[in-house]
Amino acid sequence: MELYRLNIFEARELLDKRKITARELLNAIYQRIESVDGKVKAFLTLSKEQANEMADAAQKQINEGRPLTIQGIPVAIKDNMCTKGIRTTCSSKILENFIPPYESAVTSRLSENGYVLIGKTNLDEFAMGSSTENSGFFTTRNPWDIERIPGGSSGGSAAAVAADECIAALGSDTGGSIRQPAALCGVVGLKPTYGRVSRYGLVAFASSLDQIGPITKNVKDSAILLNIISGKDPFDSTSAPVAVPDFTKVLGNEIKGLKIGIPREYFIKGMDREIEESVKTAIKKLESLGAIPVEISLPHTEYAVATYYVLATSEASSNLARYDGVKYGFRAEGKDLMEMYMNTRAQGFGAEVKRRIMLGTYALSSGYYDAYYKKAQQARTLIKADFEKAFNSVDMIVTPTSPTAAFKSGEKTDDPLQMYLSDIFTISVNLAGIPAISIPCGFTSNNLPIGLQIIGKHFDEESILKAAYAYEQSTDWHKRKPNL
Amino acid sequence: MKYEAVIGLEVHAQMLTDSKIFCGCSTKFGSEPNTQTCPVCIGMPGVLPVLNKKAIEFATKTGLATNCKISSYSRFARKNYFYPDLPKGYQISQYELPICEHGYVEIVVDAEIRRIGITRIHMEEDAGKNIHEGAGNYSFVDLNRAGVPLMEIVSEPDIRTPKEATEYMKKLRAIMRCLGVCDGNMEQGSLRCDANISIRPVGQKEYGTRAEVKNINSFKFVEKALEYEIKRQIKVIEEGGKVIQETRLWDSDKGITESMRGKEEAHDYHYFPEPDLVPITIEQKWIDEIKASLPELPDAKRKRFVSEYGLPEYDADLLTEEKSTAEYFEEAVKLGGNPKIVANWIITNIFKHLKEEDKEITEILFTPKHLVNVLSLVLAGSTSTTMAKTTILDEVLKSGKMPEVIVKEKGLVQISDSSEIEKAVDEVIAKNPKEVERFKAGDEKLLGFFVGQIMKLTKGKANPQIVNEIVKKKLS
Repeated sequence: MELYRLNIFEARELLDKRKITARELLNAIYQRIESVDGKVKAFLTLSKEQANEMADAAQKQINEGRPLTIQGIPVAIKDNMCTKGIRTTCSSKILENFIPPYESAVTSRLSENGYVLIGKTNLDEFAMGSSTENSGFFTTRNPWDIERIPGGSSGGSAAAVAADECIAALGSDTGGSIRQPAALCGVVGLKPTYGRVSRYGLVAFASSLDQIGPITKNVKDSAILLNIISGKDPFDSTSAPVAVPDFTKVLGNEIKGLKIGIPREYFIKGMDREIEESVKTAIKKLESLGAIPVEISLPHTEYAVATYYVLATSEASSNLARYDGVKYGFRAEGKDLMEMYMNTRAQGFGAEVKRRIMLGTYALSSGYYDAYYKKAQQARTLIKADFEKAFNSVDMIVTPTSPTAAFKSGEKTDDPLQMYLSDIFTISVNLAGIPAISIPCGFTSNNLPIGLQIIGKHFDEESILKAAYAYEQSTDWHKRKPNL
Repeated sequence: MKYEAVIGLEVHAQMLTDSKIFCGCSTKFGSEPNTQTCPVCIGMPGVLPVLNKKAIEFATKTGLATNCKISSYSRFARKNYFYPDLPKGYQISQYELPICEHGYVEIVVDAEIRRIGITRIHMEEDAGKNIHEGAGNYSFVDLNRAGVPLMEIVSEPDIRTPKEATEYMKKLRAIMRCLGVCDGNMEQGSLRCDANISIRPVGQKEYGTRAEVKNINSFKFVEKALEYEIKRQIKVIEEGGKVIQETRLWDSDKGITESMRGKEEAHDYHYFPEPDLVPITIEQKWIDEIKASLPELPDAKRKRFVSEYGLPEYDADLLTEEKSTAEYFEEAVKLGGNPKIVANWIITNIFKHLKEEDKEITEILFTPKHLVNVLSLVLAGSTSTTMAKTTILDEVLKSGKMPEVIVKEKGLVQISDSSEIEKAVDEVIAKNPKEVERFKAGDEKLLGFFVGQIMKLTKGKANPQIVNEIVKKKLS
């Protein structure tokens, strides 16, 4: 039996029935990493020593017959979530040797539920990008075609799940960074409602948009992880005091009569034909399960990318100011303070990060603030209102996750605008603060995965999980594995 | 030409909370560098601020006490700039929507009440401290102070003289100390002040170009720095120059303000709403509760002292500046002291001692009980006023003994027995025949000489009133 192929639910069963041990499962994962990660390059750091200790502690508790939800389950964490005592780099030279003296809220919660941290996964530097090509260290490869990128910024986590280098993973999503790589790698990725999951310990890119979520092999695993990481955290003022249901409870419920909105603006002329066909077929499938498709309009969609790149970069320009060489992380020499600052940031940050800091700094300049930041906030309100209006008549909205399947490494690196458009279908969701999930819904003729995005109402992850699960159970896409 | 100054003050007051504004670290002053820090106030990656509710309460109290409108909806903003003592690269402050607006305080200058408008009060976090001494080619950064809660109180340009500025500062200090929201210690930096100053010819309505003077860190310097700056601006204009809008630093050693040469001026702080904190919403009910819990404030107290005790405005103002002084006064009155005499005693004799010894009124051994006791001795003629405010006061301050005890122990009982005094008078008259003749010839100024001689002879114990009477009687 290839233990690394297991999902959370299967592994739980085998562990609890003592058919396997936590160490055996962990070893199988590390062997898998050993054999394929040279190609995939999903991991920045492996935490074997701690993982062994965590697995042994898990085993002890399993032996005592009182296993926690994910006791002994090997999980990979995107390297922008702080892990106490384990290097957390954000794929940036400026934090290359940063070891946090504190734990992020999500990893604390996973820990309290018995997980085994196997390592930290690659990302675009500070989560800024859609391909992991902006990583300060190396590019992760798409397990379905190692000439191609895995998507981003949570490309390392998505690739690790797709390549069975972990049982499940966490990613973060500011403009599509969980869903787009999940789509491109043929796995499930869920961005929860803004405020559902604590951001404490998540290295901030754009504070009003960032949200952590699961990347898993199937819908049920996402529901299991979401159960654990959700809920109000006193250390994150923006986390919401909203009750957390058991998200696995709704899985298997009928979707008969559910109204699914199909936004006109997301099916545009010139879009990739294979993507369009797969998504339309998926909508038919949902219809056959009893859902009712309704054409809707989200009229301000065309402003989403521009709005996003003003707001996200503005917040980023401020969030990244703390990397100044004074307190921790990389410091370059300089003849005086100003030169030290400039050298540190010039050498420590990559090109895309610098581009965004400059964009954001410009947008917040006095004299330009009203024209950019303030205008973008107004546009954000309109985009949010579009969704609110749509949700008056539908229960959820279905769209493609990404306008294209995985592209070739280097194909878009010289054209940032083209790269930004990779997130054209995912960005609005972050601006509106609502939840969305990406699930596999087909393959291109090149055998590249295609993702279906299901968008839900505020704090209604249950509905999208229910629909995603119903679709998944009636298809086989999620069972396909890349040939590595 | 005659000029008048237009002055607005930005006062930074450190709030007396136990913990910092966005984390649980202690705010205690004077600890070893960087011992009162955590990932949040050091600005480590991924950490988030959580607002200390006490800070909202303190700012609300201050706003209510200065007649401000308390905003039901306010929020924090980021003020972005790079400096080693600013760990996040931005200061969390309030910008567009401060917690308090549109207030005022009243000050008494030259026995006249002046109203100084308050534009706004907002909350913000303090920065750390750079240390350049003893580090060779390096500088150190101490982040103990980073994240300590501050209130910035911005006045309207209603202040016209350095004296008014000082009185305004004193009034704010008195209010905040009374509320217990700030200890008002300028020397330790818990109260700081920047001033915006311009001048204009008397009668002109338009404001002149203003300069901002920073680094004024003691009450003494508020007046000095402003006086200097006003003179400087007048000189610039009278020499045909123009005042430049700029930031100037007060150098207390040299006693001058110096230009920062536009360096700070170029700053664009890229303010935007703080996305890591939710807006603050305050319910009227909570404001009402705070309002009901406020102690009697210095202004109200001043007015009450005038009407209830018949004190002059000036005396009432001095007595109500510090809560402890007002309490001292009222205690003495309650114990039977005459309000006007008690007030006089505090303002002249006790304040003098406090200033000399740099002490608080609560720290001295001369309590209201002692004061009332000594006043009753004077009233009964058992001792003289002179004796009371010199020997007796000094002795109480040293030993804490009751004045009546001191009077007995030291044999300071006043001689009011006329026969005893008469003897002394006779002796003095006998010894100074020339002076007696001159006095009789009309040189009445010599009365003082005789009284002095008699007091000397009786070691100051004779009742001066009786001495006076007897001398006059014997020499007429």
